[in-house]
Amino acid sequence: MFDFQAIRMIWLREMIRMSRDRTQIAGSLARPILWLVILGLGLGSAFPGFGRQPYTAFLFPGIVAMNLLYGSFLSAISVIWDREFGFLKEMLVAPISRSSIALGKSASGATVAMVQGGLVFLFLPLIGVSVPFWKLLLGLPAMFLIAFPLTAMGLLLASRMTSFEGFGTLANFVVMPMFFLSGAVFPLGSAPPFLRALGRVNPMTYGVDLLRAVFYGTHAHPLWFSVSALGLFSAAAISGAVAAFSRRS
Amino acid sequence: MIPAVEVSHLVKQFGRLTAVNDLSFAVDPGELFGFLGPNGAGKSTTIHILCTLLAPTSGRASVAGFDCFRDPVQVRRSIGIIFQDPSLDERLTARENLEFHGMIYHMEKPLRRRRIEEVLKFVELWDRRDSVARTFSGGMKRRLEVARGLMHEPKVLFLDEPTIGLDPQTRHRIWTLMGELRAQQRTTFFMTTHSMEEAERCDRVAILDNGRLLALGRPPDLVREHRAKNLEEVFLGLTGHGLRDEEVSNREISRGRVKKMRAWA
Repeated sequence: MFDFQAIRMIWLREMIRMSRDRTQIAGSLARPILWLVILGLGLGSAFPGFGRQPYTAFLFPGIVAMNLLYGSFLSAISVIWDREFGFLKEMLVAPISRSSIALGKSASGATVAMVQGGLVFLFLPLIGVSVPFWKLLLGLPAMFLIAFPLTAMGLLLASRMTSFEGFGTLANFVVMPMFFLSGAVFPLGSAPPFLRALGRVNPMTYGVDLLRAVFYGTHAHPLWFSVSALGLFSAAAISGAVAAFSRRS
Repeated sequence: MIPAVEVSHLVKQFGRLTAVNDLSFAVDPGELFGFLGPNGAGKSTTIHILCTLLAPTSGRASVAGFDCFRDPVQVRRSIGIIFQDPSLDERLTARENLEFHGMIYHMEKPLRRRRIEEVLKFVELWDRRDSVARTFSGGMKRRLEVARGLMHEPKVLFLDEPTIGLDPQTRHRIWTLMGELRAQQRTTFFMTTHSMEEAERCDRVAILDNGRLLALGRPPDLVREHRAKNLEEVFLGLTGHGLRDEEVSNREISRGRVKKMRAWA
């Protein structure tokens, strides 16, 4: 059912495209500048009494997660364009299974997102936070685990969208709520109960918590629980994406 | 002899709209078959069913003896397609586009290398093999798509208005290439066109309107049967002189959309 040569090809192609596209890189550098450097340092100095660690240190895993969210979704959404005029059309008429296309796209989108999340590491010296190098390295597989289901979910949504106009809606109603309700910018533990409840059903919550666990060793949920939650989310999202790609109208 | 393409009582409905209405015809191996009709006649829908991108509502369609609905992977292995809208990866070089194409068609590396050189030389793009496709002119992109469609040596090549928007030189070149291929490999060509001049060069043409087959035969025979001066007269006689509302090209809509998306991201 899965065709590894095709999956490898889709992955390789995405890597070449990433290396030639500077706008994506620019976007993933702009977000940490806005959120981590400007907002983080600004808010952090306005409210110095924030928890035990500086606010920028608290925010850092959240902004890594933000880049993962954007990277995954943008890469998934690009299939709409690809379906009309691009390479996806070529792949849909090629002798490979639809499930391989969905899997290849999810794996490559997750890799691109992981690289974009890794770019946030460059800002650590600027915000006065130090994380040992090996912990950052350990963060990469965790980041892939977060980005993979997000890309698959993005593919599922993209398969229902016929135009790019939907992207604004998606950003407002999916990406931003997932970001704000994940404990990325404020701790969910001290939030009102209804926000906490929403956070509990948000898969990003476990992603952000996993990153905090890897980088700082502090976490709200047990490690096994976060990893299983993300694994479950992955299984559900990739099944959905495969089903959506396999349907022929 | 197994027909290259066989369609019988094919129907495709989109909601209440019947795009293809009880269509039946067959194309012989090695034939150059023209598929004609005004905009909205059902040509692209039929091609999409034959290429396994759409499922028929009822009836049957098969390519190279394989059922398009039940056996899509076998059908896809037997066909090549040159779409109306470009489907190259413009960020990749000519060679990379073909390399990836070979990979998804499961061609081994030595074969891939050999065919890339052959087809790029065939369409005279070998010198530009390492240029990114984005830098190519419209005609060069089309030639690269032709090279890609041929690379895995398909039994049937579908061409959806392959020469639209091309200069006479490129158009001429593409026709010459098709002639050479037909002589060498007996590839079947299934093409749509709005150019009656091109249609007259086909072995047989099918004229379609409102999803129905109106005429099928060799162009000189059709001209004679309809007591017309040329194929254009046959075509207009059958499909009428009324203008068709052309749908805005997908490309124009989405180019605008992409700008919006980029602004958002």
